[in-house]
Amino acid sequence: MVGAIRRLGTLFVNGIWQLGFITRFFWLILVYSGQSFTRLHLTLRELYFSGVMSLLIILVSGLFVGLVLGLQGYETLQRYGASDSLGTLVALSLVRELGPVVAGLLFASRAGSAVTAEIGLMKVTEQLKAMDMMAVSPIARVVAPRFWGGVISMPLLAALFSAMGVFGGWLIGVVAIGVDDGAFWSQMQSAVDFRYDVLNGVIKSCVFGVAVALIAVFEGYDCVPTAEGVSRAITRTVVSSALAILALDFVMTSFMFRG
Amino acid sequence: MAVLLHVTQASLCYNPPPALQHNSMSEPLVRLENVRFAYGERTILRDISLSIPRGQVVAIMGGSGSGKTTLLRLIGGQERAVGGRVTVDGQDVAGLGRDALYALRRRMGMLFQFGALFTDMTVFDNVASPLREHTDLPPELINDLVMMKLHAVGLRGAARLMPGELSGGMARRVALARTIALDPMLLMYDEPFTGLDPISLGVIGQLIRRLNDALGASSVIVTHDIQESLQIVDYIYFISEGRVAAEGTPEAIRNSTDPFVHQFVHAEADGPVPFHYPAGDYATALVGGAG
Repeated sequence: MVGAIRRLGTLFVNGIWQLGFITRFFWLILVYSGQSFTRLHLTLRELYFSGVMSLLIILVSGLFVGLVLGLQGYETLQRYGASDSLGTLVALSLVRELGPVVAGLLFASRAGSAVTAEIGLMKVTEQLKAMDMMAVSPIARVVAPRFWGGVISMPLLAALFSAMGVFGGWLIGVVAIGVDDGAFWSQMQSAVDFRYDVLNGVIKSCVFGVAVALIAVFEGYDCVPTAEGVSRAITRTVVSSALAILALDFVMTSFMFRG
Repeated sequence: MAVLLHVTQASLCYNPPPALQHNSMSEPLVRLENVRFAYGERTILRDISLSIPRGQVVAIMGGSGSGKTTLLRLIGGQERAVGGRVTVDGQDVAGLGRDALYALRRRMGMLFQFGALFTDMTVFDNVASPLREHTDLPPELINDLVMMKLHAVGLRGAARLMPGELSGGMARRVALARTIALDPMLLMYDEPFTGLDPISLGVIGQLIRRLNDALGASSVIVTHDIQESLQIVDYIYFISEGRVAAEGTPEAIRNSTDPFVHQFVHAEADGPVPFHYPAGDYATALVGGAG
């Protein structure tokens, strides 16, 4: 019993320490961001690796999610004779929730894990130490560009995911099933509000971008410099990012869409 | 090569601020006075005093885990001693703020055990990176300087290769070229001979000596390769159990009758450094089970 309480206490204290470390790390990234942006090619390179290289998985996944939404949505709506509202259902589901959340989860698995692995391996091979001994801050040179690469990519990828999803919904609803084309688009246009729906979705994806990018760079930088340490750090990045995205989504949704 | 390196030095146009200019030339470049260091509860260095004179190549030797690399980290300011003082060019390393420490590190070069080359850059860009980070030299001049450094280590022809395409010895030489990119006053080598074939080992050893003399720098080599070190260094310190166990010139070390030095130089399995890790009575352990 005492042992269990002690372990719980240790876990709690370690959690607080970890939170302190990550907050301080975040602050250092912000401090060094100026230096990082003066060497813009570094950030552009990371934007390419995190953003452009994730395009394929994001677009294909968006398309399939849209196709499924179209099928499921039509099946439900036609029971109530509201199949013309399919466009509204697909668009609202995607821009409010599925776009930011699913794109965030995919981004964490594809780009977040790659960033953690890269920084972790740089630590294992002493590249970060070598940089530090060359009087070059690893946070300015390695961490900040990867952080901003992730933060900028995420909302763009989420927007593309949603756009592809809407296209998938149209493909299955209008082209395959035969829902009226005009009704599909006009109902969507009248029901989706830019500020209330689209902008809130963009805010969500920006927050997820900061969360995933921060977790990815922190886990890489903080990992134990061994093969096993890097592997564990990658797992932690994916798990923590997924949990952070879902928890933050709940909190933000409860503030944004209270009816 | 000496001429090329001289040109390199003159071209850099890096003038350290007055506070960082060399202090008295007679004073050692690096001095450790009664240094103590521990990782948490584990004491690594108990009481170390040594000095690296200007222009000399000094080896720090000792068994694995004796704290040799920690000494380099203390000199480079990556770790802070819990007791004693580490001074480099008259500056107390532990007392320096981040900017002052980085200013000092620009005049130091460190070769890591396996090179620590940046794997996402070509050989050329690896050597160019310190110049690009710390100088405003035009690309043409950086190109010339990098080629001179690579020529000095015999790898001008490998400029466009990626680190993954290099052998261990070549990677170490590229890292050496990067280390001397800013013509440092102090060169630190962490196990530079580990895992090299005899030819590469000889090449690296000769490069360390020749570059030190050509640059007018001082060098510290942390190693346990006694035979190679005896050929190229001016002075040797032996570290054991957190203290300087023996010291002397290569000649004095070869002729030493000190049991520790004798065991180390002749690679004897048992001696002052015991073969067996401290344990209880052997017979008791056999009869009584694991203990």
